[in-house]
Amino acid sequence: MTDSSTIKAVVQKITTELKDKPGALLPILHGIQDTLGYIPAESVQDIAKALNLSRAEVHGVISFYHYFRDTPPGNHTIHLCRAESCQSMGSKHLEKHVKAKLGINYHETTANGQFSLEPVYCLGNCACSPAMQIDKELYGHMTDESFDEIINELGVSA
Amino acid sequence: MSITVYVPCDSSAVSLGADRVAAAITLEAKNRGIDLEVIRNGSRGMYWLEPLLEVETAEGRVAYGPVKPDDVSDLFDSGFIYGRKHSLALGLTEELPFFKKQQRLTFARVGKTNPLSLADYIAQSGYRGLKNALAMTQADIVKAVTDSGLRGRGGAAFPTGIKWNTVLNTSSTQKYIICNADEGDSGTFSDRMIMEGDPFVLIEGMTIAGLAVGATQGYIYLRIEYPHAFDILNAAIATAYEQAYLGENILESGKSFHLEVRLGAGAYVCGEETSLMESLEGKRGLVRFKPPLPAISGLFGQPTVVNNVISLASVPVILDKGGDYYRDFGMGRSRGTLPLQLAGNIKYPGLVECGFGLTLRELLYDFGGGSKTGRPIKAVQVGGPLGAFIPESQFDTPLDYEAFAANWTVLGHGGVVVFDDSMNMAEMARYSMEFCAIESCGKCTPCRIGSTRGMEVMDDIINGEDLNKNIVLLRSLCDTLLNGSLCALGGMTPYPVLSALNHFPEDFGISAEETI
Repeated sequence: MTDSSTIKAVVQKITTELKDKPGALLPILHGIQDTLGYIPAESVQDIAKALNLSRAEVHGVISFYHYFRDTPPGNHTIHLCRAESCQSMGSKHLEKHVKAKLGINYHETTANGQFSLEPVYCLGNCACSPAMQIDKELYGHMTDESFDEIINELGVSA
Repeated sequence: MSITVYVPCDSSAVSLGADRVAAAITLEAKNRGIDLEVIRNGSRGMYWLEPLLEVETAEGRVAYGPVKPDDVSDLFDSGFIYGRKHSLALGLTEELPFFKKQQRLTFARVGKTNPLSLADYIAQSGYRGLKNALAMTQADIVKAVTDSGLRGRGGAAFPTGIKWNTVLNTSSTQKYIICNADEGDSGTFSDRMIMEGDPFVLIEGMTIAGLAVGATQGYIYLRIEYPHAFDILNAAIATAYEQAYLGENILESGKSFHLEVRLGAGAYVCGEETSLMESLEGKRGLVRFKPPLPAISGLFGQPTVVNNVISLASVPVILDKGGDYYRDFGMGRSRGTLPLQLAGNIKYPGLVECGFGLTLRELLYDFGGGSKTGRPIKAVQVGGPLGAFIPESQFDTPLDYEAFAANWTVLGHGGVVVFDDSMNMAEMARYSMEFCAIESCGKCTPCRIGSTRGMEVMDDIINGEDLNKNIVLLRSLCDTLLNGSLCALGGMTPYPVLSALNHFPEDFGISAEETI
């Protein structure tokens, strides 16, 4: 967890910079999540104040979008594709392996804080299914073995 | 003489190791003292060959693929830099049948050029459409687009010229052009390929749209799942501003157009145009009631053109070569070309741009080479997660909006996902309901609640419980979704569900004779 004074400073800097854009809320939320890794609940009040919105409106937007999160992620976020094209190439089997290997389900983080697992509905890599993304890196033609290899390369195996 | 080698920067190619191949080539050339330049092009769209390496020769570009970093040293030993033989050699890229049989208009440059080189873009006929448009009246630009017969490539197939005409004729001090780049359908990647492989064509198309209707601000609403496209678009937009192709006084014409990329946040429903506008305004992506049409009251209540990436990227060629040129491709009321995307369980996956009229069978077997696993193709889903599953008996349907509609199927954004006979279609129908439940914006009851009830009914059917009752219930529920939903998410989820049930009843535990 990030400490309160850092959160306040980050939120203030980003809201000041972006609040005058038309439709500023999503760019602001992206800015905060890019910097802190998540959008802390305690930042909602400051965002709302900067944009002259209610806290409920800001919370409503954060909770509507799958990508925004209000808890810190692991060091790496794995987005595993669940959509049709990947299913046609065995992603359901891969999904079982990934969950077993990491010992977590979707929307969870490994106990050592190394990996978070999120489902995603299409990465646009459908010609190379099954696909996944770790942080901003895209991977195609995934197998159980290639998943293990990538995870091991990223450091501590979970 | 310096040698030019091409290795795609397309994210799918990168997902298979293209960055490592490019680095290995640069290093090997340096070690061998060879004067060589690696250009990062877009993908040619032959993904089973990625990473596809090309080398410029007197005869044309020679292809090698799929190349692994470990192959690079061997390729140098064989003299690939002179286009010589190697076990990965494929011959001249543009003579490869998969590529040669296509009619590439919108994708004319993708894979040929460096996406970030404005000079490359201009050398390959880029910005000719804009120059023509700058010399035309607004009505004439709209007329050229109307005459081309271009229809919305996002899926709804609404005539682009008519949409533009409405915005042109709605007076307002501020109008907007929105590019819908929320390409969320599984099995589709043509928008991504254009944005990563030829971003200037999209920028040019949006600029022309702005001139045509009198809009000075454009937004590209891009899905967060496309970080490579985000970087490439932003770099291309910065170049376009520097060279006066964007901004105030474009090419000293006195006209202005500004463009910004905005990121979505993982909501499929934001691909629906009114939900997208809510999102751009900084709100929850709740679908709006229509009317009013976005063309009359759209973003921030102003007249707004909302077009898909491919629609907008098809505009420059229309303005360059004329509406007639584009209209001469295609069949019936489906004019021009459609960039199809072959995905899933297919031997040769990739991008196939052809005039409308090709049959599914030609696409799946002549281009696609059948399933990747070698098993019989059981069904294909065309048009994303809201598209119907199509059985083998309908593979002779021509790819044409009306022919597809006549079969109660949709062409949508042209994505084709292939499934072999190991897939259970009842499981796929359950997934369709689950996907609708996850992605529903929640505004209308049929979609919000119907999708969850649909998932439960599908669970019962899969467990073989009281089929006579549950299949009737599923059909009734689909009827409610189909007729009572506010947008296509709830309204079209019955397409995959009912097509799976109608064509593959045995997967639902009933025989073809006892259609319930």
